[in-house]
Order: sequence, then structure tokens, then C-alpha cells
Amino acid sequence: MQQGLAARHRTKNSLMHNFTPIASLLGGLLIGLGASAMLLLNGRIAGISGILAGVLKPVRGDTLWRGCFLGGLFAGGLLLRLFMPRAFDFGVIRPFPILIVAGLLVGFGTRLGSGCTSGHGVCGISRLSPRSLLATITFIATGALVVLLVNHLTRGSL
Amino acid sequence: MKALLTSFLSGMVFAIGLGISGMTRPVKVIGFLDFFGEWDASLALVMLGAIAVYFVANRLSTKMPSPLLSPDFSLPKRSDLDTKLIIGAAIFGAGWGLGGFCPGPALTSLASGALPVFIFVVAIGIGMYVHTWATELRATNSSLTISPSNSTQDA
Repeated sequence: MQQGLAARHRTKNSLMHNFTPIASLLGGLLIGLGASAMLLLNGRIAGISGILAGVLKPVRGDTLWRGCFLGGLFAGGLLLRLFMPRAFDFGVIRPFPILIVAGLLVGFGTRLGSGCTSGHGVCGISRLSPRSLLATITFIATGALVVLLVNHLTRGSL
Repeated sequence: MKALLTSFLSGMVFAIGLGISGMTRPVKVIGFLDFFGEWDASLALVMLGAIAVYFVANRLSTKMPSPLLSPDFSLPKRSDLDTKLIIGAAIFGAGWGLGGFCPGPALTSLASGALPVFIFVVAIGIGMYVHTWATELRATNSSLTISPSNSTQDA
């Protein structure tokens, strides 16, 4: 128990150090810029789960732009790897079985709920869509609940 | 052709934004979702920044007859709130909190070459196929109503 408290105290300090308002705001502006370009130039919503789903289940004439966008994501990832490797300093990586379950939930849930953090959380909320607002509140709430459960059950050992 | 290039570049800028913001680091995501522990508010600022820019772009788009490089806007129009939306978002949130990645950061992080990210992305793909199969199965099993949920144009 005492050990748990000590660990909690440590994370508290390290997380306080981890608060990155400037970088996060700047990154957010870039995310908004990329999504805005998709809207104003291509007339599309930059919803990653929807774009990915369209590639996995291709429809003629509606697939190539999706592939290009996903290719751009990967290219951006390569640039990060070269110039900002800290972006892939994951910090927490769950064990494989948990990652697999998590990925399945993300894939299934984003299809059933018609979007993810980008489509609902950024584009939809900006467009004042009631569906996206509800979806965003919901996924943040269940995400927080799961984090609470995982932290409680494992006491940070996972 | 130009539209494909802008698609690519948009994705690239988006990914760089994800990387700079901290979204590609599960430790930041989990820290943000840890409201009852030691909350890291950083990702709230990611949303704030992205929404601020996109809000203006969306306003602009409503004044344009068509996007600059495409014949027309292809945007979601639904505004009804249904249980699929809520349950789907709830399931997605659970996976997000569990793994610490949402789809954009996961795809971007593939470039790191890390095996766990690859496994996670494959699982996302399988989860999506499971949804498609389940939808098709329901459609064939019940001839009552077939919901038009095979659209990939979301949010």
C-alpha cells in the first residue's frame, strides 16, 4: 500500500512535468490546418476511422484519395521519426493481448459510432453537430472510466 | 490529380500535428483520461487548437459553392441521436483508454516501426471488418429494416 502511494506520488510529479500546453496547442492548430485543407480543397471530412474503413472496404472512385491521405499520415510519421523522435516515446505500451482487445474495440466502436477523435472530436464539434458532441462526451467518459479501472486494478503495474 | 496531392499533404500536416501535440504518446492520452488521478490537461489544448482552426474553415466552407479542387462537398448530414452512435462511441472510448491510441495516432505511429503499434492497427482493421460482417449478417437475418450504415462518410 505504501509502495502504491509512493508510486502515485512519483507519477504526480512526472505528470506535472509532462504538461505541455504550448506543444499541444501548436499540434492542435496543425491538426486543424490539415483537416481544414481537406474540407476547403477536397470537400471531405478528415475523419481517420472513416477514411481507413473506406480503404478496407473499397468503393470504386472513392478510394484513391483515402489512400493518399493515409499515405500522408504515414509520411508525416516518417518526418516525425527523423526530426522529432520524441513523438514516438510512447511511455506506456500495453501488453499484446490488451492491445489487441483495445484495437478491436477501437475498430468496431468507430464503425458503429460513425467516427473517432478526429471526425467527431475535431471536425464534428467544430461543425456544431449534436451527434459528434454526444459521441465525444461518450468516448471521453468511457475512456476515463477504463483508465480509472485499469489504474485501480493494476495499481500502475500494467 | 491535384486533389490527391492535397489529400496526401493534408494527411502529412495532420500527422505532424498529432506528433507535436502528444497524441502519438499513449502516456499523454492516458494521462488526459485520468481525471480521477493526476490529470494531464494537455490534450484538451489539442482539441481547442484544432477546433479553433476548423471552426473558421467550416464557416468559410459554408460560403463556398464547392471545394476548390473537387466538384462538391461530401459531408455528413445526419443530426439524429441514436443508440448505435452512443454504444459505438462508448466502445471506441473503452478501446482508446485501454490502448492509449486512437486511429490517427496509431496509423501515424506505424512509421516508428514499433511492433505493438502494428498489432494495434491490425486489430483496428479486424474490428472494422467484424462490424461489416455483423451488419451484413443482421441485414440478411432480418428482412424487416436494412439500415443504411454502409456509408463510410462519417461524423
